[in-house]
Amino acid sequence: MFSFIVSRILQALPVMFVVSLISFAMFAYVGDPVAIMLGQDFTEAQRVALVRDLGLDEPFFVQFAKFVGNAMQGEFGLSYRLSRPVAELIAERAPATLELAFSAALISLAVGVPMGIYTGLFRHSWLSRFLLTFSLVGVSLPTFLIGILLILVFSVWLGWLPSFGRGDVVRIGWWSSGFFTVSGLKAMILPAITLGLLQLTLIMRLVRSEMMEVLRTDYIKFARARGLPNRAIYFGHALKNTLVPVITIAGLQLGSIIAFAIVTETVFQWPGMGLLFIQSVGAADIPVMAAYLMLIAVVFVTINLIVDLLYYAVDPRLRTGRGAGH
Amino acid sequence: MKAFFDSDIWWSFTRSPVVVLSAIVALVCIIGAVFSPLIAPHNPFDLASLQLMDAFKPPSWEAEGDPLYLLGTDDQGRDMLSAIMFGARVSLMVGFCAVIFSTVVGVTVGLVAGYMGGKVDALLMRIADIQLTFPSILVALLVDGVVRAAVPREVHDQIALFVVIFAIGISNWPQFARTVRGSTLVERNKEYVQAARVIGLSPLRIMRSHVLPNVMSPVLVIATLNLSFAILAEATLSFLGVGVPPTQPSLGTLIRIGNDFLFSGEWWIAIFPGIALIVMVLSVNLLGDWLRDALNPKLR
Amino acid sequence: MSLLQVKNLRVEFPTRRGTLVALDDVSFEIAPGEVLGVVGESGAGKSMTGAAIIGLLEPPGRIASGEILLEGRRIDNLPYEKMRRIRGREIGTIFQDPLTTLNPLYTIGRQLVETITTHLPVGPGEAREKAIGWLELVGIPAARERIDSYPHEFSGGMRQRVVIALALCAEPKLIVADEPTTALDVSIQAQVIAMLKTLAREKGTAMMLVTHDMGVIAETADRVAVMYAGRISEIGPVRQLVRHARHPYSQGLMGSIPPLDRRVERLQQIDGAMPRLSAIPRGCAFNPRCPRVFDRCLVERPELMDAGTTRASCWLYAEGAPA
Repeated sequence: MFSFIVSRILQALPVMFVVSLISFAMFAYVGDPVAIMLGQDFTEAQRVALVRDLGLDEPFFVQFAKFVGNAMQGEFGLSYRLSRPVAELIAERAPATLELAFSAALISLAVGVPMGIYTGLFRHSWLSRFLLTFSLVGVSLPTFLIGILLILVFSVWLGWLPSFGRGDVVRIGWWSSGFFTVSGLKAMILPAITLGLLQLTLIMRLVRSEMMEVLRTDYIKFARARGLPNRAIYFGHALKNTLVPVITIAGLQLGSIIAFAIVTETVFQWPGMGLLFIQSVGAADIPVMAAYLMLIAVVFVTINLIVDLLYYAVDPRLRTGRGAGH
Repeated sequence: MKAFFDSDIWWSFTRSPVVVLSAIVALVCIIGAVFSPLIAPHNPFDLASLQLMDAFKPPSWEAEGDPLYLLGTDDQGRDMLSAIMFGARVSLMVGFCAVIFSTVVGVTVGLVAGYMGGKVDALLMRIADIQLTFPSILVALLVDGVVRAAVPREVHDQIALFVVIFAIGISNWPQFARTVRGSTLVERNKEYVQAARVIGLSPLRIMRSHVLPNVMSPVLVIATLNLSFAILAEATLSFLGVGVPPTQPSLGTLIRIGNDFLFSGEWWIAIFPGIALIVMVLSVNLLGDWLRDALNPKLR
Repeated sequence: MSLLQVKNLRVEFPTRRGTLVALDDVSFEIAPGEVLGVVGESGAGKSMTGAAIIGLLEPPGRIASGEILLEGRRIDNLPYEKMRRIRGREIGTIFQDPLTTLNPLYTIGRQLVETITTHLPVGPGEAREKAIGWLELVGIPAARERIDSYPHEFSGGMRQRVVIALALCAEPKLIVADEPTTALDVSIQAQVIAMLKTLAREKGTAMMLVTHDMGVIAETADRVAVMYAGRISEIGPVRQLVRHARHPYSQGLMGSIPPLDRRVERLQQIDGAMPRLSAIPRGCAFNPRCPRVFDRCLVERPELMDAGTTRASCWLYAEGAPA
């Protein structure tokens, strides 16, 4: 178990290394941070001082090492656009994004998995056909358009739900939560559905195809031949085997929720990291982009690790290692 | 050609009305988009013909609608139908170019990795793996952001279209590379390829004339499904305001513009381009789905 | 009364190129405690017959006509739930590949216990004791300790023993064993088949043993049915059929086994290949390959008829056949 975790963490290191290299390269070589920070009027002495302050005169590897060291402490310098520490900006925005992503993930799993099981088991029922068509439409609908349609129907026409912002939030330490106020929860509904819908359809289609794959296997045929009731075959045998590959892919899909949050947050003016990122892309605010990239990488690596651990819990073949005893 | 109409593919094509319908819809979209300068009722870019008086006209079937503008007009008085046709042209062009770009890169990398094996293979696939860790839309956004930061604003506006194509294309090559590599590994060890090697054909020639034709059908399926992805990615980027330049509005740009008028009641400015986008992507997706099933007899 | 009766069974697969007849006019009986070997080339319909009996034909395959009776009751037209109660309880099944027939995510104990509690009126604790008993019977050493192991912790031969325990644990009257040793190492095949034979004899279980291994048949079966292109070409007691096959196809099949008691220069072989289901010739399906074909074989299909000690579907044994 311990060595398993260690080996997975070791596998994640190259990813983190490459990502920090890219972040650093963006940081150091894209645009001219000195010119951006100094503005219009500056003397040569000021420029040289700033270059030294920023450590831009040092060799590549020293700069890179410093960058990584700072990054580990959450230190990414100042945003070009807002002139505030990047870490502070991100910490301020993170709760909004994380609460949104969590709600969206919950929706997509809680609805997508049962729908996938149903459509996999009863392939020819009219409800399955309907859900499958619905899922294809869901895949074809861009996230931002779902958001716009939801806003049009529920905010503009019906006036039931707010179309932007988080509503009232409750502060718990540095964390700000929208889960504890009515307006916060109401504000959450549309963005969470918008963000969750694509994942929902993907998870449903994935569970369905895995279910159909598993139902074709010999051990399911054998379970039928042993006369087990359908309930036991479907929910005891097929479902658990379906979950093994589903966990992996669903884990990765959930990771992309964070990425698609960029779009959702733009549509709903949701004050999260995604909105911050897109504003930074528009303004070529490299420090924020670099920090966001690193953060996303950490999130993905963590999700992968959790996925591996779940895998480990579900599949006994991993627990005992290879090689059959006699 | 006769062989094609006798084939299983054609049979499964004609048997499914949904697929035939989506093929027709896709064809109509493509024709409408490609020939928009010739067949669009108005030219939305001809400033002389724009009448601000005509701005915010609702679709023609509504009470205040103008029969001149079937789907109404936007804030500048541009005819929505024409703007959609021109916009679809930009969307499709970016989509096609991006897919071609990622196909070329992905197939090349996949062939090289699969054929060379060893360290080259390990390195290339590792890169693909790392990139696959991140959602492609994020990669596209990042590439776009970096280019934006790296080049001056004036230059950027000129090359923006290529930047978008590059960003979307580069965000999606690993899928092709992985598939092609897998098939190449299988093909490489087949006897006819071994034989071609023994008689001294150059690796390039073997790859092109022996391996490539055998990996084309999965590539075709991925490319089709990717076309819809690329169109969506372009729309998303443009909606976020970092895609195609405002001088060449795509469907995503139109939706972005329309989004501002959602609350003042002018819903058609955002919704019609949105519907056009959905119809286009849905028909391509249906075709891709069908193609995948038709070329993969195991699942039939 | 015979335990299992199959009467004029016909199985069809509707495809878009027309209907394929996978089994045509298949009839045989199995008496209680009897072992019927079913042999033939792959694709002859051996496994299909087994699948039809347990009511698990792969869709779109379906029984088009004929009857299957278990102890005189028809079972081919039962609703799914009734047939489910027969599977495992009255008819056990053994599949070919033990590496894929066990669910990898559950311990063998759990799979045994769920089978026992599904069919027998026992609680979980008693079922577990029974399961351990069965594992011992099929020859799993240290069964009490191994019961909580996962399938991947056993070798192929051991896994097939577990599969056999699973097929027998609800004490069915009939076992359909579909190539139970084909996937195993040659050295283990004999052990497993001997164990299966002994257990069936002890429990008085009848068995339909599908295989293409004539050695296994000769050693295990009481009677043999030879199948060709979806039909039974010959059926009879094992000694007669192995030594004195009447149908030219069976003769060819037996001639391809190397005899141990004498030297032969060359093993006999049957030229050609079995026709595909979509292209079965008119008349006797074997006629293109038959060394003794004559004009009647080309136009008329033979039914099973008395051919001395066995029954064969061959016009050679009808009146007026050429000498």
